[in-house]
Amino acid sequence: MYPSRFRYEAPSTVAEAVAMLAAADGEAKILAGGQSLIPMMKLRFAAPEMIVDINGIGGLDYHRADPDGTYRIGALCRHADLEKSAALADAQPTIAAAAPVVADPLVRTRGTLVGSVCHADPQGDWASVMVSLEGAIVAQGPKGRRSIQVADLIDGPFQTVLAPDEIATEAVVPAPRGARAGGYLKLERRVGDFATVGVAVSVEISGGSVARAGIGLTGVGPATINASDAAAALAGTVLDASAVDAAAQLAAEAAQPRSDHRGSADYKRHVVATFVRRIGAQIQRSEQEAA
Amino acid sequence: MSTLFEEVRPSVAADDAVPVRRVELTVNGERRAADVEPRLLLAHLLRNGFRLTGTHTGCDTTNCGACTVLYDGVPVKSCTMFAVQADGHEVLTVEGLATASELHPIQEGFKDEHGLQCGFCTPGMMLAAKALLEENPNPSEDEIRWELSGNLCRCTGYQNIVKAVMWAADKLGANAESDGAGDAGDDAGGEG
Repeated sequence: MYPSRFRYEAPSTVAEAVAMLAAADGEAKILAGGQSLIPMMKLRFAAPEMIVDINGIGGLDYHRADPDGTYRIGALCRHADLEKSAALADAQPTIAAAAPVVADPLVRTRGTLVGSVCHADPQGDWASVMVSLEGAIVAQGPKGRRSIQVADLIDGPFQTVLAPDEIATEAVVPAPRGARAGGYLKLERRVGDFATVGVAVSVEISGGSVARAGIGLTGVGPATINASDAAAALAGTVLDASAVDAAAQLAAEAAQPRSDHRGSADYKRHVVATFVRRIGAQIQRSEQEAA
Repeated sequence: MSTLFEEVRPSVAADDAVPVRRVELTVNGERRAADVEPRLLLAHLLRNGFRLTGTHTGCDTTNCGACTVLYDGVPVKSCTMFAVQADGHEVLTVEGLATASELHPIQEGFKDEHGLQCGFCTPGMMLAAKALLEENPNPSEDEIRWELSGNLCRCTGYQNIVKAVMWAADKLGANAESDGAGDAGDDAGGEG
């Protein structure tokens, strides 16, 4: 299968890339990992007139913590970089839990977190993870840089509020208000498949209680779901079973699943609640072990 | 390269609005060049342009891993990259595994342990296995199954593929020992 014809540009700086996007008048797409974009181009769901390949731009492949605990993931940081990072497991447990279950090992060597978030596939794992962490995307355009909360970035299936001449250069997770804990669970029909249901739960624990909580849902609605009511049910609690149970029920209510070949809507709701309970139990266990 | 120019182009009418691009890359240790349309996939440059048909295209939808090659040593699906992206990079295909006289230990393992039936997935399996063994010379069965989970096989049930990779790990380990210290992971695994 061949994509439609396109012009190919390979800039060596972000500024060059922005200029190319601006000149393309809305007809260009950024190529980072390409593991979603290229399949869509081959199926001709996407037919950009220009591809701006950012793989030659240096210095975008990082993932690192600032001194204050803010975590930054560059636009060319691959899923496999996150999966194999020992430092990440302690600093970002939700990201560390999700990295190994994104697609399959071969896709993970190319695909990027920032690209996945900007692709805004309702079944994409990273957007829910970032929503649970109150993460943001930094976008650079002709007028400068701006930060967009991932929860506000995605405004529909495969749709974002990024302007055609903006490029997402990094994902940013704010510094935690306490000790981080969290997890990501994904139900898939077989290894490497898109999520039937994915649930990201992230909490920050300070003085024995939850200072902040976030819950993001994958694959159970027309876009990534920010289950903010469910997360609010965890805030201020000691993450006891009744709080987790309340959050699980509210998360299931926040889901908007459709019955399809992957399962019935009722089943998917049930899985959402079950996954919230399981991640809650995991966190409780690890907190007890640490105590 | 003028004949190659024809070979690597999709069989559709030329469009002057889309410039053809020159790519220069190293394939199996050899410098190669081609003029390609940007939309040409790496798998098609290898197969149709360079006639390296050991790289198979199975699903053509980023699912099966039959087209796996090593791109700067990293396993990738060559149906999910454009050939222009390989400009200035190194590609290893299944044709680059054996030397003139000897099979690569991974190939020997697949032969000895009957790690294939129809053989369609085998080139991709072997290249993914090569990347795995370079990173982790003594993988467990679970680690092998995990790292090969992007490569689908519809014949074997995977059992003998796992055995083949373990066989290769043992052979490579033994070779490294007999080569003395410092040579572990050397590509020329057959040379004791």
